[in-house]
Amino acid sequence: MAAVLLSVNQLSKSYGARKAVDGVSFQVQQGQTVGLIGPNGAGKSTTVSMICGLLRSDSGSILLNGAPITQGANSAKRLIGYVPQDLALYDDLSSLENLKLFGALYGLRGAALKQRCEEVLALVNLSDRAKDEPATFSGGMKRRLNIAAALLHAPQLLILDEPTVGVDPQSRNAIFDTLEALQAQGCALIYTSHYMEEVERLADHLVIIDHGKVLADESPAALYQRLPAQAALQVELASPAGAELVAALSARPGVSSVQASGQQLTIALGAAEQAASVLGWLAAQGIPLLHFATAKTSLENIFLNLTGRSLRD
Amino acid sequence: MTALIALIRKDLILYLRDKRALLMHLLMPVVLAAFFGSLFGGGSEARTSKVDVGLVMLDQSPVGQQIAAGLQADSALKISLLSEDEARTLVRKGKLPVAVVIPAGFGKRASDALFSGIDKPTLPVFYDPSQSTMLAMVKGLLTQQVMQASSAAAFSFTDSSSTSEQLQQVAASDLKASDKAQLTEFLGSLKKYQDQRAADVAQHKSDATAGSSGKADGKPGGMSVPFTTQDEALSSGPRYNGYAHSFAGMGVQFILFMGIDMGIGILLARRTGIWNRLLAAPVTLTTVLLGRGISGAIIAMGLMCALFACAMLIFKVTISTFAGFLLLALSFALMTAAFGLLIAAFGRTPEAARGMAVFATMIMVMLGGAWVPSFIFPEWMQQVTLVIPTRWAVDGFDAVSWRGLGLDAAFAPSAVLLGFTLVFAALAIWKFRREQQQ
Repeated sequence: MAAVLLSVNQLSKSYGARKAVDGVSFQVQQGQTVGLIGPNGAGKSTTVSMICGLLRSDSGSILLNGAPITQGANSAKRLIGYVPQDLALYDDLSSLENLKLFGALYGLRGAALKQRCEEVLALVNLSDRAKDEPATFSGGMKRRLNIAAALLHAPQLLILDEPTVGVDPQSRNAIFDTLEALQAQGCALIYTSHYMEEVERLADHLVIIDHGKVLADESPAALYQRLPAQAALQVELASPAGAELVAALSARPGVSSVQASGQQLTIALGAAEQAASVLGWLAAQGIPLLHFATAKTSLENIFLNLTGRSLRD
Repeated sequence: MTALIALIRKDLILYLRDKRALLMHLLMPVVLAAFFGSLFGGGSEARTSKVDVGLVMLDQSPVGQQIAAGLQADSALKISLLSEDEARTLVRKGKLPVAVVIPAGFGKRASDALFSGIDKPTLPVFYDPSQSTMLAMVKGLLTQQVMQASSAAAFSFTDSSSTSEQLQQVAASDLKASDKAQLTEFLGSLKKYQDQRAADVAQHKSDATAGSSGKADGKPGGMSVPFTTQDEALSSGPRYNGYAHSFAGMGVQFILFMGIDMGIGILLARRTGIWNRLLAAPVTLTTVLLGRGISGAIIAMGLMCALFACAMLIFKVTISTFAGFLLLALSFALMTAAFGLLIAAFGRTPEAARGMAVFATMIMVMLGGAWVPSFIFPEWMQQVTLVIPTRWAVDGFDAVSWRGLGLDAAFAPSAVLLGFTLVFAALAIWKFRREQQQ
């Protein structure tokens, strides 16, 4: 098992009477990617700000390589790369000038700084735009440069706060390619998002937060195991489903639950292979189908199961 | 140190690439200073401007003519001869600040009333109420000319007719008996003297020789101002230049605007992720603020030097002590930077902070004498405005430019400006740290 890089223990932060973070604890191991998931306002960004030394916690502790992080602690900051949710770039400086500035803040200079700038520009596939200003970039390119600015000092832990907000799918894939390259280099990541599909692709550990509290701190596989349904069958009928049909389906073996909405039925199944028997039963009952599809239960369902509400609520 | 230099370098590059800022902070003050400078006296070659006065001449008597000639010869006045209707119209429209009407018979009646005060004539004066300060000046010069002309007539060395008429008026007046007796005695003696002089002149003429007294020797008769002034512009330094004050005032104003932009820039950075990214790096809050402050001071210092270089090259403004000027420019630049940090520290949003800061700056520059010199202010206001840093800045730049004072004149304003710098910076850092700890 890899050594623990970051340990967050009973972290709390209040703004007046509102508890933004309430006893949050989790760990990040060397080279691990942890997905910090929760809806807007769940406490993700506040937690990240405290880890980065931007905010002082009311209570609790944060240890990086076993040493406590306090607000403004420079030794800890040198090990962390921070990618803020907003585009934290100077539009009137070129890509290279932006990187040189942020590199210099970490003590890099001269040939070492120049070399690191070239390396990270290559990593985010922006070498040919080094002399261009971010104002001329697409949203995805800006996001990649935003990530590059956090990589100059080769951090052990990269914290990305919603790094794909407002990015098209193609650019999102480019960002994922960059992050997967970093994973391959052994860089640990904390990735906050309320897009489950992103986290599913990158994270090997999930911390789900809502109302400032940790609801789950497990691997994705372990979380799936906690769900009563592992797959779903979506069916479109020729006519709206009646209550009798829903009740009959719910009583079928292997069916966890049935949700009806007009002609649409969503049938939660204990296992994907049970879909065939359900479809066979519907055919035997003479119920005509217009369309059907099966799907694996997603992290969205996990969040729904844990909180009773959607991630994007 | 690497981080601090990188932060300063970044701000300087960003400022120099911002064409709007350069236009606002460099070109605008030059344009406005040129305008205000021309209003307040122009360059060193400019002469003192004359006051336009309309003159309505209804009295063609020698006394009336002498008054008109005296007014026209006065170097402080520019006389235009007008009809009464024209004079009224021009004054009413604000085209003319003052117009004087010399009514028919004025000269004679003024001479007659000189001693007795009986039947004093009226001299109508029209004036534009928006330029009422001109009225006092014109009345003063008018009094001088009327007194000189009317007393000359009263004291004529060769003509006693005016004195005879005054004697008759005194006799017919209702003055007290004792006053009447003394005036009659005085005027009688004067008439006797005038008749004797008239006889002497006639005698000299007949002898074809030049007269040896009174008008015969070419000296003017009547009362005149018993002194002449020797005007020496001691406040003009090497060479007075009306643009010097305007460049100081406009420079102070627009460099403070730069300070506002600097503060707003920090607020915008705090709104976006840039501020957090800077503070997530291994640099302290003090380093980030120091970097912004130093870069702001460098920009302010550069702007002030560029503005005065322009003033010297184009408008022939002179600097009496470059060391004093640089000391003042540095002190003011540091104060501007600290002012910008103060705005960033106490401003809640960029929008609200900009409005408040611009308002505060306009008040400061107005009361600091940046628009009009502070010596125009009432005495109490001149004292009260000493608590405003801009007053010290403008007075300081005035001292080392058009007043032509030495290095020591820059010490007090610089010390006060540095004092304000410390107060502003301390308040700003305290507020930033307090917020960071929350």
